Amino acid sequence: MELVTPGFGLIFWQLVTFLIVLFLLTKFAWKPIMNALRERETSIEHALSAAEKAKLEMQGLKAENEKLLAEARMERDKILKEASDAGNAIVESAKNKANEEGARMIAQAREAIENEKRAALAEVKNLAAALSVDIAERILRKELSDPQAQQALAQDYIREVTLN
Amino acid sequence: MKKLFILLFSFLTITAHAASSEGGEFRPGDMITHHIADDYSWHFADGVVLYLPVVLIDNGQFVSFSSSNFYDENHNLVPYRGYKMEHGHIYKVNEAGEPIEGYKGLYDISITKNVASMFVSVALLFFVFFSIAGSYKKNAGKAPRGMQSFFEPIIIFIRDEIAKANIGPKYERYMPYLLTIFFFIWFNNLLGLMPGGANLTGNIAVTLVLAAMTLLITVFSGNKSYWGHIFATPGVPKWLAPIMIPVELIGIFTKPFSLMVRLFANITAGHIIILSLFSLIFIFQSIAVGPLSVAFATFMNFLELFVALLQAYIFTLLSAMYFGGAVEEHDHVDDMGHGDAH
Repeated sequence: MELVTPGFGLIFWQLVTFLIVLFLLTKFAWKPIMNALRERETSIEHALSAAEKAKLEMQGLKAENEKLLAEARMERDKILKEASDAGNAIVESAKNKANEEGARMIAQAREAIENEKRAALAEVKNLAAALSVDIAERILRKELSDPQAQQALAQDYIREVTLN
Repeated sequence: MKKLFILLFSFLTITAHAASSEGGEFRPGDMITHHIADDYSWHFADGVVLYLPVVLIDNGQFVSFSSSNFYDENHNLVPYRGYKMEHGHIYKVNEAGEPIEGYKGLYDISITKNVASMFVSVALLFFVFFSIAGSYKKNAGKAPRGMQSFFEPIIIFIRDEIAKANIGPKYERYMPYLLTIFFFIWFNNLLGLMPGGANLTGNIAVTLVLAAMTLLITVFSGNKSYWGHIFATPGVPKWLAPIMIPVELIGIFTKPFSLMVRLFANITAGHIIILSLFSLIFIFQSIAVGPLSVAFATFMNFLELFVALLQAYIFTLLSAMYFGGAVEEHDHVDDMGHGDAH
């Protein structure tokens, strides 16, 4: 019976002490601890959601990068193709031009040759004519230095004329 | 840690021995009662006694002196300043040294062994939790360290599994009380297992105060639906009210009463069993029983370590459930009468 009879003194001290403990621990231990725990939990939650957001952003960035890369690749291909086309065109036109030039130069040369030839022929003709006249003159002079020969020639001419 | 336990058990054996050597014949009942009951002095071991102050209020007047004054040099009880200690109680005595029957106005608020042990536990509680609160401030937002990392899971368990689970959204208001009773009970249970420790949580006065706190908090936080359940239990015909109301009112008190008895009985029983096991050695007066007794007592001590935690948990959990019942919003009150329609 002694065991189950609460003593006044212990009830008194227990009540007083417990209330003091409750008050002091609440004020200086539980409140700071609970607040710290809550703050840490919210900060962890924030950090996690921020990480999730960053991950999504990274994925978006990556997709964009890939798009940009693909565009750049396409652009490069286009530029390369254009460049090669332009190169081909230049080569083609250069070839054509060279051919044309060549042809023109050949034609010019041909013309010049023709002119030269013509001039040369004319000169040859003139020279031949002058030479003939000269020869004829010389022959005549030599032939006709003797009056007999002059006579004979005149005779020849006359003969020829008569014969004709 | 292991060494500590060995020390603990060896001390326990010594104190048991000390008790037995006092009288000529060994009476286990007296020895056990002596160990479990409160005392005006604190026996740590044979010959190592701390006499605690006696504080009395005699008709509004404070009287205070050391309890060593009740003993003479031969360790016999003697009256002192008109008071005498008999069977662990202090009585007002007349000139002849006889206790005055039915003397009113004497209140004994001595710092007994239990009170002193409680002060030790309070100092420990303050030291542990103030330093933990300090380390929360010091490394705010960082991972816990040292003592902090040992107690943090416990605090979070009490918050999430006991308070949040049983009280609901208003749990925060009750957290300080729940944490305080949990650690108060646990620390005192453990201190009670220490060598020479007092049986504080196995004292009905202590559990009475703790249970009364839970009762008061429950009653004062009771909302409309809580009182509605008591005075007009839904789904019960009106003519049953004269039976139902007293039953429900008694129910308010039986819940904390069970808390009081459960903690008291569990802790006291543990102490009694361990002391009984040691008593066997002296009953059989054989050293051969020693190893067996020690083996059983060691096992019991480990069990008690578990019980110390378990009882703190149960007390806290049930308190939380009672608070939860008091603040719960019964949205389903109206259908309760038509429960069988579903």
